[in-house]
Amino acid sequence: MSRPTPYTIVIGLEVHVQLLTRTKLFCGCSTQFGLPPNSATCPVCIGMPGVLPVMNRAAFELALKAALALQCNIAPFTKWDRKNYYYPDLPKNYQISQYDLPFSTGGGLEIMTPQGPKWIGLIRVHLEEDAGKLLHDETGRGGDSLVDLNRAGTPLLEIVSKPDMNSPEEAKAYLEELRLLLREIGVSDCEMQEGSLRVDANVNIRIPPEHAGGRKPLPGRQYVATPIVEIKNLNSFRAVERAIAYETQRQFEEFQESGKQLGEVSKATAGWDDVQGVTVVQRRKEEASDYRYFPEPDLVPVEVDQAWLDRIRATLPELPAARRKRFESQLGLSAYDARVLVGQGLAFADYFEKVARECGDAKAASNWCSNQVLAVLNERKISIQDFPLAPEALADLIIRVKKHNINAQRAREVFGIMLQTGETADGIIKRLGLDVSFDAEELRELVKKSIAANAKAVADVKAGKQKAMDALVGFVMRETKGKAPTDEVRRLMNEELAKV
Amino acid sequence: MQLIERTAAELRALMAQGEVNAVQITEAFLQAIRAREPQVQAFLHVDESDALAQATAIDQKRKHGWQLGPLAGIPVAIKDVLCTKGQVTTCGSRILENFVPPYDAHVITRLREADAVLIGKTNMDEFAMGSSTENSAFKTTRNPWDLERIPGGSSGGSAAAVAACEAPLAVGSDTGGSIRQPASLCGIVGMKPTYGRVSRFGLVAFASSLDQIGPFSHDVTDCALLLEVIAGHDKRDSTSVYRPVPPYSRTVNTPVKPLTIGLPREFFDEGLDPEVNACVQEALKVYRGLGANIKEVSLPHSRYAVAVYYIVATAEASSNLARYDGVHYGYRAPDFDSMIHMYSRSRGLGFGKEVKRRIMLGTYALSSGYYDAYYLKALKVRRLIKEDFDRAFAECDVLMGPTSPTPAFRVGEKAENPLAMYLSDIYTISCNLAGIAGISIPCGFTKAGLPVGLQILAGPFEEEKLLRVARMHEAQTDWHLRRPRL
Repeated sequence: MSRPTPYTIVIGLEVHVQLLTRTKLFCGCSTQFGLPPNSATCPVCIGMPGVLPVMNRAAFELALKAALALQCNIAPFTKWDRKNYYYPDLPKNYQISQYDLPFSTGGGLEIMTPQGPKWIGLIRVHLEEDAGKLLHDETGRGGDSLVDLNRAGTPLLEIVSKPDMNSPEEAKAYLEELRLLLREIGVSDCEMQEGSLRVDANVNIRIPPEHAGGRKPLPGRQYVATPIVEIKNLNSFRAVERAIAYETQRQFEEFQESGKQLGEVSKATAGWDDVQGVTVVQRRKEEASDYRYFPEPDLVPVEVDQAWLDRIRATLPELPAARRKRFESQLGLSAYDARVLVGQGLAFADYFEKVARECGDAKAASNWCSNQVLAVLNERKISIQDFPLAPEALADLIIRVKKHNINAQRAREVFGIMLQTGETADGIIKRLGLDVSFDAEELRELVKKSIAANAKAVADVKAGKQKAMDALVGFVMRETKGKAPTDEVRRLMNEELAKV
Repeated sequence: MQLIERTAAELRALMAQGEVNAVQITEAFLQAIRAREPQVQAFLHVDESDALAQATAIDQKRKHGWQLGPLAGIPVAIKDVLCTKGQVTTCGSRILENFVPPYDAHVITRLREADAVLIGKTNMDEFAMGSSTENSAFKTTRNPWDLERIPGGSSGGSAAAVAACEAPLAVGSDTGGSIRQPASLCGIVGMKPTYGRVSRFGLVAFASSLDQIGPFSHDVTDCALLLEVIAGHDKRDSTSVYRPVPPYSRTVNTPVKPLTIGLPREFFDEGLDPEVNACVQEALKVYRGLGANIKEVSLPHSRYAVAVYYIVATAEASSNLARYDGVHYGYRAPDFDSMIHMYSRSRGLGFGKEVKRRIMLGTYALSSGYYDAYYLKALKVRRLIKEDFDRAFAECDVLMGPTSPTPAFRVGEKAENPLAMYLSDIYTISCNLAGIAGISIPCGFTKAGLPVGLQILAGPFEEEKLLRVARMHEAQTDWHLRRPRL
């Protein structure tokens, strides 16, 4: 949690994601990442004279899929527009985008905050073509810059949120939820490192009059609002969090000096310096940039009918939000557990569901998956698809642990051996002699024995030192070679101590 | 009659009869080009050996009895706005002086498949912006009927090449009259098909929503033949329409009966040269004699056509021509000290005056604060112009009038007066704005011996009817048989 501030943070995020199509938005070139420079290009994406764009229907359908998953309103009629500006990575010097009639508007997604679930609304989602990449001379000697147009024309989804986020943590939660959703439905791989997910953050703060240093809010406002700054060059979710935290405090401090409010100066752009951990205000746009948008005459408008939408909707898997709700209502998991499990992605949640179904104990399955299994995945840096234990094998372990009342430590030991040797839980448990069961009376005798043998510890517990309990329980565990169920021992110990 | 004065249909027949082969025909036209180009200057590039190689290949095919395309062995001149693979395509501009496209325009592919001989690339106003071909960065084409005069434009090179018998057929592009006006001024047939009838793939764009490729020929029959080859859907052009191409050349001789001709009042207004009007009236007499019903109609919004055109066309052009920046291909100025400087110098030196004027006009019209007043309003008026035509075509088969208000003017006469130049397209522009089909056919000569064209307009995708109506006049007259003395 960030420390409490005397102001409210307001954040809107503009996210660009590359769609997982085989080919580009308006030509047949490959969208594969990492090809030799300019090898995935053709006259269309190079912007040669006389060539024409042809819309990639698969890209449009992926965009529809994303918008449906984000609960957007899909426009029955949408068109393409040209956004005109000069830059060497934009071969036509205009970008084919969508301006006044984007294919979808509204929608949003729910994030979890410490105060509970929160809905983050969207303004719009539209489709456009990506630009190429510039490779500048890094020596600083002013050599030529090189242009790689492999990326030019890659389908790009622009997702513009409402300014509904009020902390860096919420911004991060929004991005994580968005990435999870887009990955689950196969729309984008959302790899920030490869640039298939990019974020710009629009940030300002609202200062209540009592902290505004005597400055009054502008007419019509209950608070003082600082000018909006758009932060660019954010290359990780962590960077987004840090940059917003830094920028908002910077705005607060700047306001103390300048007193400038939203509307009194124009919007500025800032770059995030990840090494220094600072935002650097690059330019204040004196006038709104004039992109001279107009309808793209080389493409025909797209009409989306109900049948088409229904067909796309039918391809959507169960979405993360719905799955979490089902885990809570159907499997009785806590909201937290459901969030952890679903947050690991479709395949992981599927794995969990199989384990839960096989062992018949969703809570235990959830604990095993989100603790032991996840730890192994993280440690080995593998995905659930490469996890060596089949869900049935893990379910079998859970069943046997319960049946033989095996304590957590020994159970983890069995799990570890299963991972290493591939042996079944049954075999390992037998070999280790963990399949013995203690009846309650047998255990109670051992507990009494422990109390009798550890007078000092008993006195300590009585004096309120709960830590001394470990010695008493440890005695029983030693007696049983660690096979006794710890929880049961602890329960019996409390009962017997009460009698002392 | 000399071989070079023949029509494509006649040359086809001669080849079929074995009287002459493709190489002989190509040689004859190359000879005409050598002899006449110093005066006419219709071509920018002619590759003689390449043309002869194409002709040789076609003769071989014929010898082996292989299936031949409909234009087998017929030389066709290509406006230099159409990309030809491996061959310089300049668009009449310095900025593309050395540009060699790695692809053929769709129309070029169609012509190659039809076994035509691509004989050379013709001169044009830079980026098709102009009505006289004087805006070419390379040369000034002359009107074969009077070498002191312009051939019209922007497809002036293609029109002059056919009129001067340097090629029996040519292809041009028409954004506001760039095929019909030079056809009219050069005494030949020129047609702008319906928007979407011919694929624009590989046509260097001037104004995407108005540009359309079309044929030039000596007569209507040849026009039908060439249109049949180049028309049709192409999946590389989203605006090309998916509908079958009628066999124009087979129906062209069937008169349209009954025939109702509309005369838009606005096409006979002040500014129309009396001699041009007289020729048009003669043509109407011919139709009346054929039993046509002629009535006056009105296209009230056509008076705004020039204004609308110079907003819509320049707006699109300002964006279409943005790609010529010296970064990826084309001309790059040698000296610059920053990226912006490289852009401005390359474009400043690479583009001619008229192109720069139109880029500025279009940029202005699209700028924020002006967009609604200019571009958006122009789009609204454009729709009203279209609706005028819809109403007219509800009661008429075709509309007729002069193609150009005057015959060919002198070289340099309007070069310093852009507005006067713009007005020479006053009758042709509304057809592009409405996206309909139009043709210009020869209908007489002025006393000074300058050709006059009759413009006939038909509704969308009514090219078949248009050609049949045009042919009705041609069958009764001999204007199309005249050739200039060179």
